[in-house]
Amino acid sequence: MSSRERILGRVRRALADVPADEAPYERAVARDYTREHGRRGVAATVELLAENLADYRALVHRCAEGELPGLIARLLTAHGSGSVVVPPGLPAGWLTGTGARLVQDDAASTAPELDRVDSVVTGCAVAVAETGTIVLDGSPDQGRRRITLIPDHHICVVRVPDQVVGGVPQALGRLDPTRPLTWISGPSATSDIELDRVEGVHGPRTLEVVLVDGAPDARTAP
Amino acid sequence: MRVALFLTCVNDTLYPETGRAVVRLLGRLGVDVDFPTAQTCCGQAHYNTGYRHEAEPLARHFADVFAPYDAVVTPSGSCGAMVRELYPRMGERARAEGRGDTLAATLAPVVPKTYELTEFLVDVLGVTDVGAYYPHTVTYHPTCHGLRSLGLGERPRRLLEAVKGLELVELPGAEECCGFGGTFAVKNSDVSAAMGADKVRNAESTGADVLCAADNSCLMHIGGTMGRLRTGMRPVHIAEILASTEEETAAV
Amino acid sequence: MSGTYLGMPAFPQAAREAVGNSTLRGNLRHATHTIRDKRARAVAELDDWAALREAGKQIKDHTLRHLDRYLVQVEESVTAAGGTVHWAADADEANEIVSRLVREAGGGDTDEHEVVKVKSMATQEIALNEALEAQGIHAYETDLAELIVQLGRDRPSHILVPAIHRNRGEIRDIFRSEMGEWGRPAPEGLTDTPAELAEATRLHLREKFLRARVGISGANFVVAETGTLVVVESEGNGRMCLTLPETLISVVGIEKIVPKWQDLEVFLQTLPRSSTAERMNPYTSMWTGTRNGRAGEGDGPRTFHLVLLDNGRTDTLADEVGRQALRCIRCSACLNVCPVYERAGGHAYGSVYPGPIGAILSPQLRGTGSEIDASLPYASSLCGACYEVCPVAIDIPEVLVHLRERVVQGGPTVRHGNRVVLKPAKGHAAERAAMRAAQWAFTRPGALRAGQRLASRTRRLHPRTLPGPGRAWTGSRDLPAVPAEPFRDWWQRTHGGRDEAK
Repeated sequence: MSSRERILGRVRRALADVPADEAPYERAVARDYTREHGRRGVAATVELLAENLADYRALVHRCAEGELPGLIARLLTAHGSGSVVVPPGLPAGWLTGTGARLVQDDAASTAPELDRVDSVVTGCAVAVAETGTIVLDGSPDQGRRRITLIPDHHICVVRVPDQVVGGVPQALGRLDPTRPLTWISGPSATSDIELDRVEGVHGPRTLEVVLVDGAPDARTAP
Repeated sequence: MRVALFLTCVNDTLYPETGRAVVRLLGRLGVDVDFPTAQTCCGQAHYNTGYRHEAEPLARHFADVFAPYDAVVTPSGSCGAMVRELYPRMGERARAEGRGDTLAATLAPVVPKTYELTEFLVDVLGVTDVGAYYPHTVTYHPTCHGLRSLGLGERPRRLLEAVKGLELVELPGAEECCGFGGTFAVKNSDVSAAMGADKVRNAESTGADVLCAADNSCLMHIGGTMGRLRTGMRPVHIAEILASTEEETAAV
Repeated sequence: MSGTYLGMPAFPQAAREAVGNSTLRGNLRHATHTIRDKRARAVAELDDWAALREAGKQIKDHTLRHLDRYLVQVEESVTAAGGTVHWAADADEANEIVSRLVREAGGGDTDEHEVVKVKSMATQEIALNEALEAQGIHAYETDLAELIVQLGRDRPSHILVPAIHRNRGEIRDIFRSEMGEWGRPAPEGLTDTPAELAEATRLHLREKFLRARVGISGANFVVAETGTLVVVESEGNGRMCLTLPETLISVVGIEKIVPKWQDLEVFLQTLPRSSTAERMNPYTSMWTGTRNGRAGEGDGPRTFHLVLLDNGRTDTLADEVGRQALRCIRCSACLNVCPVYERAGGHAYGSVYPGPIGAILSPQLRGTGSEIDASLPYASSLCGACYEVCPVAIDIPEVLVHLRERVVQGGPTVRHGNRVVLKPAKGHAAERAAMRAAQWAFTRPGALRAGQRLASRTRRLHPRTLPGPGRAWTGSRDLPAVPAEPFRDWWQRTHGGRDEAK
């Protein structure tokens, strides 16, 4: 007998007490919880996102769409970045203001190569206000997961209010589970020393989130 | 309303003063409480130590003894929780073991009419000022079963706050277990003693004269620890504080 | 680490040492109290916490009650996404599968095989690192706390923070003396500030991440309908292990399944707030299959293996009361509120699963045969704080009492998939006799009264300290004074106080 059959057999014998006509999944779970917590307008939701991002030590900036290239250039300069990884589908205009060397990500680039790049600029799939979270789903404006992991400085652009939701349930509803997803809430951190939170372990130690007002969806932009 | 006092075996044997206080207190509030002398033990120690089958005859005996009454009052959070929370579970387990509904049906009637003392006062009699007088500084320890199984909440505190002359001071770490835990106190005596010592240190830090709780089992452990640590405080059951009046003031 | 735990002394003996260790007591008290208050605040932010807790319980219960169906669905969906599914009935089988997969994947610049690991309770449980080492494969733990444990040749003492028993000074000393043995040494002049310790970890592990060919992980959740795995973490070591190596092997207990994607909306709210007391943990990774899978798009490992682990879980599932322990999402909130854990420390539990959840999980996964496992159900005062904070409402006190019953009374149970009838455990004979005697007396009020009177009449003769087992009480506590008469005698003498002279 294979282990598969052995385990499935054990499970079935263990569950002999479960009646055949037990309530199906749809009726077994009472979803009495809320989709988001509290009622607030669009502006307040964006404000909450900014607050919660900052609370977990992300650096938050706000600008109008036209100011974005200039802001990104200033952030890269301020960080002292000589090079920046560019996801394949990042809107071309975003990096027009910077003098940093642009490193196009491609499947052949290795982890040690990425380790020599200073920064990365991406868009995002959705942002969650209540938790101060940005979610990346590997779309062309975000690229492979490794490019937002190895460089020490991540600038993530969030289009507000379109990409912002209030609560976690709303965020899951917007995501495609079959894509590689990374939920990011502040820079890398640990609570492993005396259960006290310290920022800065393996992921980018500096996370800057730019909230861009009224920008069109990066993935559908011409 | 026919009201019975379920004093518990520990109080009956070791803390009769608590029983006398309940009788005095309820009498003052116009409740003529009866003490059916056939009562013994709810079976909690058996059940919690793993002797559920040995606890069953005790539970049936309890149900028989208290069947004729409309309400059963007990000055013990843990014994109250045994009846209210665990008697139904004993019935379910017997059913799951293929022994039918007899035990569940026998125990069911006493479950909803069993009240811990402060519940009975606040919920059934609807009083929080019981006309007590107790001129001492008191800190209150909410015992685990009272707090988490019965959900006594603010009831004991409201009763104490209404006592004339009583100054209630906050106990740091109040919701932490004192370390009694029935047979835990002897099976894991080192951890139990460490928990007890921390509880007593917290109590001492309040500067109160008295540590009050609604369960003498916990107070036996806390008081025994206070004695050993030569603390100047005294453990007192809440019934004795509530029974105390200007005419007949309980000693500290 | 199960090998290490064989022959562990019973909990009370192991705890005695910890209670007397003032450094350890201080470390644990500081850490657990810090997180306790933070958790309470994080939970209080959500006004629907009770509904989330109930939904989490129901999702897990439903899944467990139909686990055969969901296991098959996981197998189908993971396979469809490009992964390979393996089934392991016990620890040995899981270790063999993983060792074989690592060898097949090749790896390392030399002949030596090495793997990087994300913190995983399942691989701790099966002692995977030791099994790999025996095959010449070096496993590097990359979670900071696991690294501290590995470098210190120590054992984990907490589910979330395995090095909780170490303070910052001890961690600095371990880094200074041990990091050089394993790779890049600790920086010169390393101090004990947490930021510097984190930086030392970053430098030490980076070279290992960048060259790793095989990553090994567990998973917090596996979504049956999509085949998606979820790993919740903080440091980014998880992201490194899950995305950089060519081969990823995830060892996952069969109870980690949730039916649908939507179910994550509950657990991604309850888990971070219950464990690290954050609104959200810094990083959560979700992946479905491989880079060649449906939407992988060249991102992540080329090969993905999922090893589904039983190792006592189906035995636990067979117990109608005990199976609720399988709802556990390993948040460790119960450890952090437990007054016994705080004083005894994690090592006393003799298992990778310490604290209240460990006290009900270990004796079910491993059986109650060993001295340590038979003592764990008693490692609790039944105060109920664990149940109160559990985000999936596991009634830990209920299961503890149920397992006490199994220890003292024996009875039918399931071990390794077979029905067995346990004998009552040895060493409880005197207690059993006492319980039966008490039962006899308590069903006969006359006998109870006779005993009470005897105690009252002899009260001046009672010693202040007791011999034998009674010392367990009088070693730290005075005995209560026995009153001159029991209540029932007063009641009858005074007709309920009506005839009292006073």
